[in-house]
Amino acid sequence: MPRDRTKETAFPVDGSDISLVRTAHPPNWKNPEPDGPYNLVVIGAGPAGLTAAREAAALGAKVALIERGLIGGASVNTGCIPSKSIIRTARLYADMHDAENFGGDTPKPVRVDFQRAMTRMRQIRQRISRAVSAETLASEGIDLYFGEGRFSGPDTIMAAGKILRFRKAMVATGARASLPAIPGLVEAGYLSNETMFDLVDCPKRLLVIGGGPLGCETAQALCLLGAEVILAQNDPMFLPGEERDAAQILSDALAREGVEVRLNTEVVAVRAEGGRKLADLVRDDETMTISIDEIVTGIGRSPNVDGLDLENAGVAYDADGIRVDDYLRTTNPRVYAAGDVCLKHKFAHTAEASARIVVQNALFLGRSRLSKLVVPWCTYTDPEIAHVGVYPAEARQDGIPVKTYTVLMHDVARAVMDGEEEGFVKIHVREGSDRILGATVVARHAGEMINAVSLAIRSGMGLHALADVIHPFPTQAQGIKMAGDAYRRTRITSFWRRVSERWLAWSRR
Amino acid sequence: MLRAEPAALSDDDLLDRYQRAAFDYFRENVNPENGLVADTSRPNSPASIAVVGFALSCYPIGVERGWMTRDSAAELTLAALRFFWKSPQGNGDDVTGHKGFYYHFLDMRTGRRVWRCELSMVDTALLVAGMLVAGSYFSGDNEEEREIRELAEALYRRVDWRWAQGSTPTLRQGWKPKSGFLHYGWEGYNEATILYVLSMASPDSPSSDDSYSGWTATYQWENIYGYDVLYGGPLFMHQFSHAWIDFAGIRDAFMREKDSDYFENSRRATYLHRDYARRNPYDFSGYDENLWGLSAGDGPGGFRASIERRRHRFSGYAARGAPFGPDDGTIAPWSYLASLPFAPDICIAALRHLGDRYAGVVDNFRLPSGFNPTLANRRKFGRHGWVSEGHYGLDQGIVVMMIENHRSRLIWKLMRSNQHIRRGLHKAGFTGGWLSKDGGDAA
Repeated sequence: MPRDRTKETAFPVDGSDISLVRTAHPPNWKNPEPDGPYNLVVIGAGPAGLTAAREAAALGAKVALIERGLIGGASVNTGCIPSKSIIRTARLYADMHDAENFGGDTPKPVRVDFQRAMTRMRQIRQRISRAVSAETLASEGIDLYFGEGRFSGPDTIMAAGKILRFRKAMVATGARASLPAIPGLVEAGYLSNETMFDLVDCPKRLLVIGGGPLGCETAQALCLLGAEVILAQNDPMFLPGEERDAAQILSDALAREGVEVRLNTEVVAVRAEGGRKLADLVRDDETMTISIDEIVTGIGRSPNVDGLDLENAGVAYDADGIRVDDYLRTTNPRVYAAGDVCLKHKFAHTAEASARIVVQNALFLGRSRLSKLVVPWCTYTDPEIAHVGVYPAEARQDGIPVKTYTVLMHDVARAVMDGEEEGFVKIHVREGSDRILGATVVARHAGEMINAVSLAIRSGMGLHALADVIHPFPTQAQGIKMAGDAYRRTRITSFWRRVSERWLAWSRR
Repeated sequence: MLRAEPAALSDDDLLDRYQRAAFDYFRENVNPENGLVADTSRPNSPASIAVVGFALSCYPIGVERGWMTRDSAAELTLAALRFFWKSPQGNGDDVTGHKGFYYHFLDMRTGRRVWRCELSMVDTALLVAGMLVAGSYFSGDNEEEREIRELAEALYRRVDWRWAQGSTPTLRQGWKPKSGFLHYGWEGYNEATILYVLSMASPDSPSSDDSYSGWTATYQWENIYGYDVLYGGPLFMHQFSHAWIDFAGIRDAFMREKDSDYFENSRRATYLHRDYARRNPYDFSGYDENLWGLSAGDGPGGFRASIERRRHRFSGYAARGAPFGPDDGTIAPWSYLASLPFAPDICIAALRHLGDRYAGVVDNFRLPSGFNPTLANRRKFGRHGWVSEGHYGLDQGIVVMMIENHRSRLIWKLMRSNQHIRRGLHKAGFTGGWLSKDGGDAA
C-alpha cells in the first residue's frame, strides 16, 4: 500500500474516503509502547494479517499488528471490494440493456451516471472497512502500530521507531500491481488497480492491457459503464490456464457487450501526443497504432518484499516472494509468511486460510499444510468463471484418467427463468470412480455455485453422493446436482438394466 | 435454386446429385496450368492449399464415378504436383512455401503467397494427404502415373515436420517470415489428427515420438447431454481427418482408455449437435432436430443486433461450435454430408429437410458455406435470411469425399493400404481393427 493513500488529498475527496481514512488509519493514532516479547508480531493488516492477529488474540496470544497504509490491505481498498462494487453497477446496466429479454422495457437511451457508480463504490468500501477499524482491533487486545515494520534481528522488528521482540512473526505485506515492460508506458501514464478507483470521469476510449482475470473484469465493467474498450491479450485466449470452453464463453460475452477483443496482440510501445495516448499493437507480423484516452494495466502481482530488511532476520525471498515451506515457515524458523507475499494463488480467501495455518503452526505446534488446502477461485466477469481443484490437463499429465460430467446452464430450469443460461458446470472425476478431482463453473453466480463442489472435495464426498444432496427447486445451484445425476445415469450399465428388468418382471407376476 | 425435385429422389440418387454438384466445383475453379484451386468461387479468390488437397483426393472419385477421364484426372494432378515441386521455397516474402510447408493462400496464377497469410501446418497436411491419395490411386505403369507417384512421395518427404515443432512436443500451427512461429497452441481435440499421423510417419524429418501424446494430453473426455464424447466444438473438427482415415475400430491409447474410437466419437458429436439445436438456447429461427450443424464457415458479418428482444452478435467467417458456442444462428449445411458416414439417418433427414424447407439456399444441389434463417427479412436479407455468397472449396471437397466414403469407402481403402498412413498411425499408438491386418484394405 503506497503511503500517499493515507493522505486525504491523494483521493478524489468525498465524505466516504475521509471516513475510510479515519477508521483504517486514524491520523492521530498513538502507537502503543511495547511491553515484553510478543507471541506473534504481524506485518501487514490485509486479509492474512488481520485473520492471524484476530485469531491469535482471541486465543489469548499477545499480538502486535503493524500497518503502514490502510487497514484492510489491497482487498478492501484497491481490490476485490471496490471492483466488485463497480461490477454490480455494471451488471445493472447490462440488465437494463437486456430489459426486453426479461419482459421489461429498455430505457432509451440508457444513461450511465459514472460518478454515481464511483460514489456508491466508495460508500461500500468505507462501510466494509468499518468492520475492522483501528479501534475495533485495539479493543480486541491487539497492539496496533501504524508505520513501517522492518526486521532488526532474527527475533526483533522495528515498528515506527520502536523495537518489538517476538517469539514468532508473520510477514503478510501482500503484493502490488506489476507493470508490463512496455516502452513509454510510465511516461504516458496509466491506471492500475491502485489508481483506477480514484477515477471521477469515465474515460471515453480505453485500452486494457492483459486478458487475465483483472483485465477481463475491468474491460467488461468499464465497457458497460460507457467506455469504448479495447482489450489486448498477448495469448490466443483470455484467462490463460483456464479451460478453453470457459475462455471461449467469456470471449463471446465480452464481444457481445461491445468490448473490442484483440487476442494474440502485444502492446509494444506507448506514447502521449496532443492530450491523447497512442499505443502500437503487434499481431503476428502486423503492427497498428490506436489512439486512446486512458490505459489500464497491472496484469501481474509483485510481492511486497522491499523495505522489510528481511536479510536481518535471515528470511530468504526472490521475485516470486518470500520462500516458505509447506508449513508456511520461512528460512528463519521463527518467522512465517502468509497471503500474497508468498503464495502462488493471490486471493483474499487463500490469504485468510494461510494465516489460519500460521496461527496453528507458529503458536500451537501445529503441522497444518498449505498443500492440503482446497482453493477455489473466481473471475467476476458476467458470466463468472469459478474453479476448484485440478484441471483435466493437469490430471492427465500426472497419468490420472479423467472424465468430466458437464451440465449446460441452459438445461438448468432456474437459469432459463432468470435469463442467465450462459455457461456450464463441469465436474472432473477420476475415470471409473466418482472421486471429484476438480470443477469449473461458468455461470452468472458461479462463485456461489462452486462452494458445493469445494465442500464435497474437502469432505471427501464423491459425485455419486452429491446427487443425493437435495437442492431446493428451482435454483441455479441445481446444475451441480445435475452433474451428479448425469454420473448416476452412466452407472446404469446394460448388465444392471438387465438385472433390474428381470426383477421388475418377476415383481409383476 | 434447386432444379430437380429432391423429394422424389431415392437416397442414393439424392447423394449422387449432391456429390456431383460438389465435385464440379473443382473443375470450375481449377487453374489447369498449375493445378491450383480457388478457395471460393467468388471473383479474384486466391487458391487455398487445403482445397488443392481436397481436389487431389476428389479426382480419383470423379474417375471412378465416370465424371472425368483418368487421363484428365492425371493431368490436373500432375499439374499441381509439378507446380508444388518447382515452386520457390525459402524464408523470404515472395515464395510459395518454406521447409516443405506452404502458405495457406496462394495467388491463382503465380502461386506465390498472398494476404501476408501464414505458412500453415494443418493446411499443408491436408494438401499432402491429397498428394498421397493421388500417389496411391495412380498406380498405372505409364509415365504420367509413375511421375505422380514419384512427385507425391518426394513432396511428402521434403516436409520438415521436426522443424514445425519449434521447441515444443506439439506442432506449431503456423509461421510467418517476420514473427516466426505463431504462438497459438494446440489445446483440446480438433481436426489435426492427420497432421500428427503424417508428421510422425515421415521417413526423413519426422516430428518427435512424443508429439502426438503431447497433443492428446490436452484432450477432455466429457459426458454432455448424456453422450460420452471427446469434445471439439465445431463439427469440421470431427470430419476432416476422417475424410482420409477410417478410424472405425482402430484405437490409440486415449480411446483404449475410454473404450471407444474416433469414428464412434464423430457419430456422438453429430448427435450432440442435433440435440443442441433441439434445445436451441438462444432461440434462433429454424433450429430443430432437422436443422443443426455448427462449423467453421462464412457468416453474415460482424454486427450486433437485437432480434425478438434478444441481443445477438453476428460474425463473419468463424468457427462456430456446440454446445459452448460461439453460435449466432448460422448453420453450415454441408455438415450433413460431411458427417454422413457417422450418422446417415439423421444426416439424410436433415438434408431432405433443408431441400424441402430452405430450397432457395441450395444452388442446384450445391451447398453454401452457411446460412442464417434468424436474419430472414431483416436488414437486406431475403426470406431465408443471410445466405453465403458462392461456394467454398473446403466444404465441397469434404462433401465429395465423405459421400464417397459412405457409398464405396474408396478413399478409406486407398489410405488403408498407404504405408505412410499405416506407419504414422502405428507411431501414434493406434492398434486393432484394420490396422492389425496386412495391407488392411479388406473393408
